[in-house]
Amino acid sequence: MEERLNAILEPYRGKKDSLIPILQKVQKELGYLPEEAMLEIARVTGVAESRVYGVATFYAQFYFARRGKNQTKVCSGTACHVKGAARLRDALERELGIPCGTTSEDYEHTLETVACVGSCALAPVVVFNDEVHGQVETGKIDKILANSKE
Amino acid sequence: MQKIHSPADVAKVTEECQAAFARQKIRFLVCAGTGCIAGGSMQVYEEFKRLISERGINVDVNLLFEGQESEAGAATSGCHGFCQMGPLVRVDPQGTFYTKVKVKDVAEIITATFDENTVVERLLYEGDDKEKAITEHDVPFYNRQTRIVLGGCGTIDPEDIREYFSVEGYKALADIFENYTPEEVIDIVKESGLRGRGGGGFPAGRKWEAGLKAKATPKYVVCNGDEGDPGAFMDRSVLEANPQSVIEGMTIAAYCIGAEFGVVYVRAEYPLAVKRLLKAIDQAKEYGVLGKNIMGTGFNFDIDVFQGAGAFVCGESTALTLSIEGKRGMPRVAPRPRTTEVGLYDKPTLLNNVKTFAYVPDIIRKGAKWFKSIGTENSSGTAVFALTGNIVNSGLIEVPMGIKLREIIYDIGGGIPKGGEFKAVQTGGPSGGCLPTSLLDTEIDFDSLDKVGSIMGSGGMVVMDQRTCMVDVAKYFLQFTEEESCGQCVPCRLGTKQLLEILKDICKGKGKEEDIELLTELSNSVHGGSVCGLGQTAANPILTTLRYFKSEYEAHIFEKRCPAGVCKELISYRIDEEKCKGCTLCAKACPVDAISGEKKQVHVIDQSLCIQCGVCMEKCPKKFSAVECVSPKIPVTQKEKTEVS
Repeated sequence: MEERLNAILEPYRGKKDSLIPILQKVQKELGYLPEEAMLEIARVTGVAESRVYGVATFYAQFYFARRGKNQTKVCSGTACHVKGAARLRDALERELGIPCGTTSEDYEHTLETVACVGSCALAPVVVFNDEVHGQVETGKIDKILANSKE
Repeated sequence: MQKIHSPADVAKVTEECQAAFARQKIRFLVCAGTGCIAGGSMQVYEEFKRLISERGINVDVNLLFEGQESEAGAATSGCHGFCQMGPLVRVDPQGTFYTKVKVKDVAEIITATFDENTVVERLLYEGDDKEKAITEHDVPFYNRQTRIVLGGCGTIDPEDIREYFSVEGYKALADIFENYTPEEVIDIVKESGLRGRGGGGFPAGRKWEAGLKAKATPKYVVCNGDEGDPGAFMDRSVLEANPQSVIEGMTIAAYCIGAEFGVVYVRAEYPLAVKRLLKAIDQAKEYGVLGKNIMGTGFNFDIDVFQGAGAFVCGESTALTLSIEGKRGMPRVAPRPRTTEVGLYDKPTLLNNVKTFAYVPDIIRKGAKWFKSIGTENSSGTAVFALTGNIVNSGLIEVPMGIKLREIIYDIGGGIPKGGEFKAVQTGGPSGGCLPTSLLDTEIDFDSLDKVGSIMGSGGMVVMDQRTCMVDVAKYFLQFTEEESCGQCVPCRLGTKQLLEILKDICKGKGKEEDIELLTELSNSVHGGSVCGLGQTAANPILTTLRYFKSEYEAHIFEKRCPAGVCKELISYRIDEEKCKGCTLCAKACPVDAISGEKKQVHVIDQSLCIQCGVCMEKCPKKFSAVECVSPKIPVTQKEKTEVS
């Protein structure tokens, strides 16, 4: 991990105002932001550890724990809400056996809701491993999850 | 490629591009907006290319520029707007408009176009009157719109700047370099009456003037594409479909205030917009219409793209600039200088919404009078809405300001699907409000919506039918604002939380008589005690639903009843003995085995086990429709109680 981290951080040495792009790049590489990475970011950029943590936790995009191989996101935008996103979320919770906002113990699945993904005309929307599925009914969930990564 | 060395060169490049594209006789334009891509439009596009090539036709656009003729080609465009009918394909120059096109349909379209000179009837749009629409102009969804900012959406390929040149792109920029001083350009923008399209509606010309007058340097131009409102995707579509128009608009603004650097702030959830924007910036630099020494005039302007990290409050200008600086996006505390004085890196910053910038090239080209002639006295031009929810035609629309809500919902949107009844329309996202049937004849512009308790916002418009619970909708928005409150103002941080708790209680049937008054009082405190728009408007969804749908709150509180059948704690599902045919579908689907009954016998739901997921109602065949949702709740019988224990 250290090597991969250094490769990302090197161009940002001492650059305090690039914190958000740095956090985004590190998370893209590692999948989440482990504590060691956060400390290293603070050291390299010269930003206080508390501030790195403060900024990272302010934004919804950053994660601080390992995530599942498969990621299911239920859009909770207004259009999706009106068209029954809550029922879809409940059905996914039952299907995957985990509460929304968590990762399964075997790290196979993460289930979460996201604010609008901007595909409102296709509501309700589920994003499974970055693929947008529109007009999803509870009965179609199996089909979507069938494409899980091994 | 011909690099542009002077403003006069632009006309030459435009001519060259127009001539080159004219060498292609037929063009299949496949929508590559996010909605259509989700429906498989990229595979459709590949199939067009493959099948056209198979006929020995050259599909390479570059060869057109070398003077070669071509029988046909395929291209992708940005969002056409009618997302629900996607994937969409248009055949130019005829303009034949195909909907819901699948890969297997492509061969038929090609044969019809080339060999038979006909159209594929079954893929044409069909309205209520069963009339087939040949072109977009025949489709009610389109023919009542006035598309300016969406003009290039769905007509040009966003990934090829030459297409933008061919529709007179960068002509406005060349024109101002040659003929206008910054002051004169600002006068045109002022005269046009253009107001900021991010929601606030501040006159753009006045903001630009303040940017010009600001003394400190360097100055910045920032484009706000942090479209955080749930239920809205206008900015996304413009960035994805016509990024060059935003770049040209920003460059004109930079010329006016004397800025050399700009940033486009885009939501992280919009990866395609980021990709197309970056590509557009590169191409603009190659042609010399962006970057150093633009069009040989000595004027420099460069644009960077910043990806947001997921915080709704960053749509507020001061929070947005702090976010770019790598800080938490917390709005600056008032009283504070305007962003045009102290903005990004504490320097003068001109910040406008994506659409505001995108309007500018058209205003310069066609004149302030033209823009002013569209819309209403105080809100000129058009409004872009993402029309979604319980509506027949959902998608992206652009209409003149002053249009009635009714026209949008019934004439363009086609009304409520499946025989549903209109109940409310929500505009302005979490800061806006829900308007009832009695306000359908409101002529919408910035000021009129404000008067009835809602706002224009950036353009989300969600239609709700009788199955939508208005208390639940208020709860939904409060959940959103409570989560997104940055936390620095106590009334917002704690007030939204308390408001949410009260609403949750009401939805659970634990509401108290005094709750309605408490909600109103607390809403006013949150409004008065917050520094930014998020807090100031957070209670709007509650206040408007209380104003127009008070009886629903009362039903929840006093009768423990949810009239729309949404709030789980107040509803039960039951099977009608007369209608049930014992098909067993519901029993098989029930996730908690709460339904019992033998084949061909009436089924019964055990109310003590039922979790109100509604799957039984979904599964029950339409011809039987034996499952119904009732409120208030059916009490659990003594027998059921004993069985469970």
